[in-house]
Amino acid sequence: MEMTTRGLWTLIHGMGFGGLYLLACSGVIVELWRRYSPDAETPVTARDETFLRIYIVLMAVLAWLSVLTGAYIVYPWYRAIAPAGTANLAGFPQLLLNSSPATSAWHSIGMEWKEHVAWLAPISITMAAGVVGKYGRGLRHHPQLRAAALCFVAVSLLAAGIAGFFGAEIDDHAPVRGGSIFYLVHEK
Amino acid sequence: MDVQQTSPSAELTNGSGAAALLAAGIGSFMLAVFAIAADQVAAIGKWMIFYKPTGPLSGVTTSAIAVWLAAWVILDWRWRKRTVSLARISAVALVLLALSLLLTFPPIADLF
Repeated sequence: MEMTTRGLWTLIHGMGFGGLYLLACSGVIVELWRRYSPDAETPVTARDETFLRIYIVLMAVLAWLSVLTGAYIVYPWYRAIAPAGTANLAGFPQLLLNSSPATSAWHSIGMEWKEHVAWLAPISITMAAGVVGKYGRGLRHHPQLRAAALCFVAVSLLAAGIAGFFGAEIDDHAPVRGGSIFYLVHEK
Repeated sequence: MDVQQTSPSAELTNGSGAAALLAAGIGSFMLAVFAIAADQVAAIGKWMIFYKPTGPLSGVTTSAIAVWLAAWVILDWRWRKRTVSLARISAVALVLLALSLLLTFPPIADLF
């Protein structure tokens, strides 16, 4: 059982940072929707407020780490140019996808959308973190601001979901692999 | 007991929040605009290569982030002590965000 360096970075980018971000989204949506509603019956304590502030800042960190590792570590391997005469395109995922009409749309639509739409997630969640950081439990007194921030968080979930879906499918059709190999389990 | 129904943040004007919302909408929209420009105009695409292994994506995203942060700083500086029309500003911000979702979708982006 082995992994390559590129495979590991793809895993860290997608299932690590991206997957954790997607999981965390529901938490902040529920918290903002339920606890910070002007109609909520229970008060938001200082402890709750601190929890949400830390939670949403960590989400922003995850979102930035996901797009930055994607754009600057994994994507260059994905779009690598093969030397002239290369017959085996396994190490060149973009070229491999474009080599067949059956898979080319995974690049022309999937990757082309994913590489841009994913950035809406860190922008949106950083904005929401800024608003939560500034207003805290006072958001209850700014229902329009809370509602708009919630919409941005929901769009960040959608954007991260689109990026995650296409990332998983593209990696299935043309995986980013290569580099050093390390063995997780050695078979005897 | 640390439970408080009012806090200093309740007294804040909505200006800072509105600035954050609108700046995020502008930044998201500019991301889509830069992406389309880099894709449709070869000279812009070449100019957007800030980091060669990543290609034009590096310039598109870095430029959009720069516009977003600059808009946030400027709007916050202008609005932080003011109460602004949040309904109108959040509507504009959400329309810009929705447009950015649509305009980054390749079949729509390719119409330009």
